[in-house]
Amino acid sequence: MSATQDYNQTDASPRISLAEPGDYFALLKPRVMSLVVFTALAGMLLAPGPLNPVIAFASLLAIAVGAGASGALNMWYDADIDAVMTRTRTRPVPAGKIAPGEALMFGLVLSVFSVVTLGVVANWLAASLLAFTIFFYAVIYTMWLKRSTPQNIVIGGAAGAFPPVVAYAAATGEVSLASMVLFAIIFIWTPPHFWALALVKSSEYGRAGVPMMPNVKGADRTRLEILLYTLLLAPVGVAPWMMGFASLVYGVTAMAGGAAMIALALRVYRLRQGQAGDRAAMQLFFVSIVYLFALFAVIVAERSLARVLA
Amino acid sequence: MSKHGKIPPLTPEQERARRRRNLAIAFAIVALCILFYVVTMAKLGPGILVRPSI
Repeated sequence: MSATQDYNQTDASPRISLAEPGDYFALLKPRVMSLVVFTALAGMLLAPGPLNPVIAFASLLAIAVGAGASGALNMWYDADIDAVMTRTRTRPVPAGKIAPGEALMFGLVLSVFSVVTLGVVANWLAASLLAFTIFFYAVIYTMWLKRSTPQNIVIGGAAGAFPPVVAYAAATGEVSLASMVLFAIIFIWTPPHFWALALVKSSEYGRAGVPMMPNVKGADRTRLEILLYTLLLAPVGVAPWMMGFASLVYGVTAMAGGAAMIALALRVYRLRQGQAGDRAAMQLFFVSIVYLFALFAVIVAERSLARVLA
Repeated sequence: MSKHGKIPPLTPEQERARRRRNLAIAFAIVALCILFYVVTMAKLGPGILVRPSI
C-alpha cells in the first residue's frame, strides 16, 4: 500500500503514516534554509563587537528552523499548486507522504518554537522580526500575493531578504543601515532571479494558475523588468563597499558580478525566441545564484577573518 | 481503530517508518536539551560559579 493510498482511504481503518524523517526534513525546504543560514551569518558578522559563538550558533539555528517552518506552511497551503508542477510534484504533501494537516501542525509548532527560542537565546526584537518574516512568507506571500498578483515575488521577496536583518538584531538588539543594505540586495535580486526561471517555466505556472509575470504581462514585459531590476541591483550590490562596511575585494567582486548580471540580462532582453531565449534565461537564473552567493561569501570571509585576527 | 474495535497489526513498512520517526524525535529532544544547557551556561558565564555566601 502506498502512502498516498493511506490518506485517501475512506473506510475506518487506521491511517498509519509511512512518512520518514527525511520527508519532514524536506518540508523545511533545506536548500532555501541553507541560503537563509548563509545570508543570516553575513548579517550577524556585520555586528560590531565580539560574538558569543554559542549564542550565535543557537540564534542561527532558530532562524534556520523559523525559515524551515515557513517552508512547511507554504507546502501545506500550496499542495494543490505543487501537485500540478513537475518541479514540485514530488514534495511530501502532493506526493502523499505527509498529510496536509500534519504539515500544517509541523509548520505551526516549529514556527512558535523557533520564535520563542530566538527570544530566549538572543532578544525579543530579533524574535519579533523572525515571527514577522514567517508571517510575511506564509500569509502575505503564500496565501495572498502568490495567487493574486504578478508582483507576488517582488513584494514576497521581502521574506527571503529579512534573515540578515534578523541575525543582526539577534547579535546587537537593533536594526542597522548595514543590515538593511543586505536586505535591499536580496530584495532587488529576487525578481530577476525568479522571473528568469518563470520565463522558461511559464506554461507550468500557467497550468497551476499562478499569475507570474510572463503569464500575465507577457514574456517581453518580463524581459524588460528583468533588465530594469538588474540595472538597479548592480549599484545596490556595490553599496556595502561604498558605505565602508565591506572591503575593496568585495567592491571588485560586486562590480564584476553586477557587470556579468547586466550582460546576461541584456542577452535575455535581446534573445526572445526558442531555445536560445530559454538558454539565456536559465544562464541568468544560475549566474544570479552564483552572484548572490559570491557577495555574501566575501562578506562572511572577510568579517570572519577580521574577527580571527582581532 | 477498525470496525470491530481491534487495531490491526502494522505492516513492516509502517513499523519501520514509525521507528525512524521516533528515533528522529528522540534525537531532536536530546539535541535540544544539550543546546539549552550549553546556551544557559554561555549566558550565565563564569558567574555560575559565584554563590552568595550564607
